[in-house]
Amino acid sequence: MKVLVPVKRVIDYNIKPRVKADGSGVETAGVKMSMNPFDEIAVEEAVRLKEKGVVSEIIAVSIGEAKAQDTLRTAMAMGADRSILVETDVVTEPLAVAKVLKALVEKEKPDLVILGKQAIDDDMNATGQMLAGLLDRPQATFASKVDVADGAVTVTREIDGGAQTIKLALPAIITADLRLNEPRYASLPNIMKARKKPMEKITPADLGVDMTPRLSVISVAEPPERKAGIKLDSAAELVSRLRNEAKVI
Amino acid sequence: MTVLVFLDHEGGVIRQASRSAIAAANRLGDVDVLVTGPDAAAAAKSAAAIPGVKKVLQVTDTTGSSELAEPVAALLAQLADGYTHILATSSATAKNVLPRAAALLDVQPIPDIVAINDADTFVRPIYAGSALATVKSADAKKVITVRASSFEPVAAEGGNAVIEDVALPAGPGGSTFVSTELSKSERPELESARVVVSGGNGMQNEENFKLLEPLADRLGAAIGASRAAVDKGFVSNEYQVGQTGKIVAPELYIAMGISGAIQHLAGMKDSKVIVAVNKDPEAPIFQVADYGIVGDLFTILPQLEAELDKAG
Ligand SMILES: Cc1cc2nc3c(=O)[nH]c(=O)nc-3n(C[C@H](O)[C@H](O)[C@H](O)COP(=O)(O)OP(=O)(O)OC[C@H]3O[C@@H](n4cnc5c(N)ncnc54)[C@H](O)[C@@H]3O)c2cc1C
Ligand SMILES: Cc1cc2nc3c(=O)[nH]c(=O)nc-3n(C[C@H](O)[C@H](O)[C@H](O)COP(=O)(O)OP(=O)(O)OC[C@H]3O[C@@H](n4cnc5c(N)ncnc54)[C@H](O)[C@@H]3O)c2cc1C
Repeated sequence: MKVLVPVKRVIDYNIKPRVKADGSGVETAGVKMSMNPFDEIAVEEAVRLKEKGVVSEIIAVSIGEAKAQDTLRTAMAMGADRSILVETDVVTEPLAVAKVLKALVEKEKPDLVILGKQAIDDDMNATGQMLAGLLDRPQATFASKVDVADGAVTVTREIDGGAQTIKLALPAIITADLRLNEPRYASLPNIMKARKKPMEKITPADLGVDMTPRLSVISVAEPPERKAGIKLDSAAELVSRLRNEAKVI
Repeated sequence: MTVLVFLDHEGGVIRQASRSAIAAANRLGDVDVLVTGPDAAAAAKSAAAIPGVKKVLQVTDTTGSSELAEPVAALLAQLADGYTHILATSSATAKNVLPRAAALLDVQPIPDIVAINDADTFVRPIYAGSALATVKSADAKKVITVRASSFEPVAAEGGNAVIEDVALPAGPGGSTFVSTELSKSERPELESARVVVSGGNGMQNEENFKLLEPLADRLGAAIGASRAAVDKGFVSNEYQVGQTGKIVAPELYIAMGISGAIQHLAGMKDSKVIVAVNKDPEAPIFQVADYGIVGDLFTILPQLEAELDKAG
């Protein structure tokens, strides 16, 4: 069985993003970029399914600028077999990304698409659900456990009050939550091998997808800064300040 | 303009976070609401009592399919005709369903808004709250989730809306509900608690994490946790505060043994007063804390309890 894993190139999670002076967005020039952490988890899950013999082929796909190639190489170093770059300089909104992915799913016919639950740049938490909607296929979001057996996948999902388990007939869409697994680091030999794995390059137009964003960004601003307060010496002083100064207890 | 709000409820009681979504919806137009899931009939009664709600649409279903995204998204897309905006609070349930409904409507959703500028223009945090983006939607209909901590919830009582039944469409099939495991707690709900006491990696283990309970009891607080505490199994996932957990903005947030990674701050930095206890004076949490104590939390916890018991 085939798995498609969409991976997104985002500002590394250790870096504090800075708003551009002209308020048009967040500075990405010269900033360390990495694979979206949730997508690493998605790739890892696909690789584990392959190691178990459930999956035969893993295809990584990224939609974005030419540099997203680096992210695809990382995915292949982790264990994806080949990759597809859908190159565009347009801001990638989940609706448009989902349309591109739908076209690729129709072409590649994977049994599973495993996405990250959210990209840590725009925090939309939408693409997987939208892809499932467009394909009219079952979905399991925020997965913390995935079991594939007999043409179906049983998924435990993180929900507000605890956990939910659902069973989906394949083909289906899954989005990965943090606790699904701990992604591996790519080893040096695997990084070398990944350089020779195939990468196809296409454009959204090749797939007949219009990428025009529906949301226009009016401005991007820094949130109000919180100032560091004071350090206290004792629990007694803290309780007294909370009572008499902050008046919150 | 009429707005449809998809409500979350627990055991038939509408969640406070959903009343915040209604508050946001009131700024946009007349409000109808939709309730689904187990106990929907009780939830519909509770929704009908919310002032300002015109009509309650209820799905009473005993098959478990109203707990699945597919039919509920299909229903929202069907109902969308009569509405300019579809809103919900940013809960796990809504995040599962609304983007799917948006795709069916060919609409780009607008997640997690913190302010409404006009019927098309909204403010939302990006990059774990490191920036606030003002975005304008070109879609004819808007599908929106609302960050509850940014909108004062409407009252729970005083209204008298009509209740109507709606049927759940079949959806694409292929998805079956197996089970739900909810953790039981007598404490206030994390996202709407007035006080939150959170523990991190510094709590060391599951046993020690329980030491936060006496403090939380004294303050009537909900308990939260950092991702490290959840990953190590001190508490279960629904306690996680942060970019990928719950977003809270209580009057008082007490962080015990939490370093203050931006992903954690993203979930609590809008709290009114932040207290941090950490043995490392350089811990980033102190940069956002109004009051900090540098020291061993296991020494300070019992002292805090004793002080609270004095002159209370
Ligand atoms: C104010 C603002 C400013 C922006 N500025 C920029 C900018 O300067 N540059 C820019 O490039 N974009 C920019 N964007 C777009 C933004 O970064 C996201 O690409 C877009 O909104 C998608 O949201 P998301 O990635 O959070 O989707 P989510 O739905 O959170 O993503 C979930 C999952 O979908 C998959 N996925 C999503 N996108 C892709 C992709 N492109 N390729 C492969 N898989 C994917 C991944 O598996 C991911 O884990 C901006 C958006 C806004 C609102
Ligand atoms: C994609 C992504 C999403 C994430 N989402 C979240 C999220 O939603 N929420 C979240 O919290 N994190 C999230 N994280 C993780 C985050 O980056 C941090 O790793 C995490 O918050 C650290 O938790 P912590 O502060 O408890 O642990 P640590 O960083 O280990 O800090 C423990 C602190 O306890 C102090 N301490 C230890 N012992 C004592 C003692 N006896 N007395 C007093 N102080 C003591 C230490 O000095 C230290 O500062 C995310 C990370 C990624 C990559």
